[in-house]
Amino acid sequence: MMATQPAIPQKVHPPEDGRKRAMLLAALYIAQEQFGWLNDEAIQRVAERLDLTVGQVKSTASFYTMFKLQPQGKYRLQVCEGLSCYLVGGAEPIINYVAEKLGIRPGETTPDGKFTLEVVQCLAACGTAPAIKVNDDLYENMTLSAIDQLLERLQQER
Amino acid sequence: MKAKKMFEPVLTRNIHRPNSEKIYTYLANGGYEAVRLALTKSPDELIDMVKRSGLRGRGGAGFPAGVKWGFMPKEADVPKIVAVNTDEGEPGTFKDREIVERDPHQVIEGVIIASYAVGAHRAYVYIRGEFFLGFKRWIKAIADAYEHGFLGKNILGSGFDLDMSVHRGAGAYICGEETAMLESLEGKPGNPRLKPPYPAQVGLFGYPTLVHNIETLACIPHIVLRGPEWFASIGTAESKGPKIFSVSGHVNKPGNYELPLGTTIGEIIYEHAGGIRGGKKLKAVIPGGASTPVLTAEHVDVPMAFESLAAVGSQLGTGAMIVMDETTCMVEVARRLTKFFAHESCGRCVPCRLGSRRLYEILERIERGKGKPADIDLALELAREIDGLTFCPMGSALVNPARSTIKHFREEYDFHITQKKCWAGNQIL
Repeated sequence: MMATQPAIPQKVHPPEDGRKRAMLLAALYIAQEQFGWLNDEAIQRVAERLDLTVGQVKSTASFYTMFKLQPQGKYRLQVCEGLSCYLVGGAEPIINYVAEKLGIRPGETTPDGKFTLEVVQCLAACGTAPAIKVNDDLYENMTLSAIDQLLERLQQER
Repeated sequence: MKAKKMFEPVLTRNIHRPNSEKIYTYLANGGYEAVRLALTKSPDELIDMVKRSGLRGRGGAGFPAGVKWGFMPKEADVPKIVAVNTDEGEPGTFKDREIVERDPHQVIEGVIIASYAVGAHRAYVYIRGEFFLGFKRWIKAIADAYEHGFLGKNILGSGFDLDMSVHRGAGAYICGEETAMLESLEGKPGNPRLKPPYPAQVGLFGYPTLVHNIETLACIPHIVLRGPEWFASIGTAESKGPKIFSVSGHVNKPGNYELPLGTTIGEIIYEHAGGIRGGKKLKAVIPGGASTPVLTAEHVDVPMAFESLAAVGSQLGTGAMIVMDETTCMVEVARRLTKFFAHESCGRCVPCRLGSRRLYEILERIERGKGKPADIDLALELAREIDGLTFCPMGSALVNPARSTIKHFREEYDFHITQKKCWAGNQIL
């Protein structure tokens, strides 16, 4: 145990060292876009480009829910299970409906690779609940028939 | 009644205009006038104005903004940073998303003024990964602000330089905590840092950093233009200024309502959010987002202000009200919210990482009708062993749903345990 408290340094790390690592989240987004998910090759490439170890890259990638360490469907259906969505008929009724319709459970991808069902936390759309997201797009005031239309439209897209 | 009529929304004054996010809309409605005025004042004058306004942080903690500005070192040779928190993730809260999607320039103006006041030449915006539209709006707004000379070198001929950039988070509630956000901006997992040192001493990349929520920053231009006395004339003794209240749940008109701090819970629900859906009775309100203790229908006359909510055992938090009617099972409410916190624990501290799980398991058991008589006291004991014993405020936050619902609705817990079922007939997956 140290007897005295160390003084607080004005600068902890030289920023030039830190700035390369500061690009890690942005780099992971780019890699995920290119590879579809963060497979070993994607992680390796990111590590090389930013002079980081694979361990450093993985520890960050695995911390954040939006970085995918498993293959994903073309459309990621993200259904909110937050309290505000639940109160107005969202959450489980929508999760169950989508799961039954697609024949998959939350976390799974359809065999054709088209849809992944994901249960997510509050999307900050509580005033327009129930809310879901498809990839980066937010859909608000969802009903089961709106889900039907949405899935039908996505099914038809190649 | 008269005072209420006289209140003029300022933070949301532009959001219903067509193309409200565009710089030309902002400029046509008096935009960037506050920056022009601020750059003619001294930094100390501005810090004093913000102190006198009584502005307190709108992100949850409510720390006095001017005091925070005063904590930043004065030495000109120490590089300083302003970090802008758009990592809105507190369940029930959707004000920041609306601000950034519909009026980002208002925030940029606040950032420029704050940066000039504390002598920062770099501003980093952190936005929640899920807010893709907001991310795009930030990029466009910052680019347009550069083009008009509000960012970059020698802003409006003042000699003051400021660069600004936006960075996406990637899905982690904890990154809304200021030091976790700084870790994330540095490309690391969002584990909160031990405080002290505070960000004003050792922040991003080790430099002194001023961190603000965007609603706080959006208040700054109005304080500069209308004066701190105007701002301080709105609200209550300890809660000054306008506030955006996000209202959701069992109300007829959910949405964001900008009102003076100190507006009562009942007025917001019945006069602004259209009352309870289906003419049902109000049962409970969470006043400031998921981490604030639940209140009951008996609290409708409580003003939405820092001090009055603290007096009844809750908190203003983000001002996000989740309204629940008489059909709502409060054990289910506690279970669902605790599940959220268990999911979002960063895993660093044992009381939070394991405590949230254990607490969730107890609540789930009770909600399923499989609870034991000793479970209520076990939950309360567990809450005591988590509260205040973690690095960051999440430990104290995560016990609130269980603790406050047991406090106000203990009979519902008893019913689940003695009758071995949920009185509302809830089924859990």
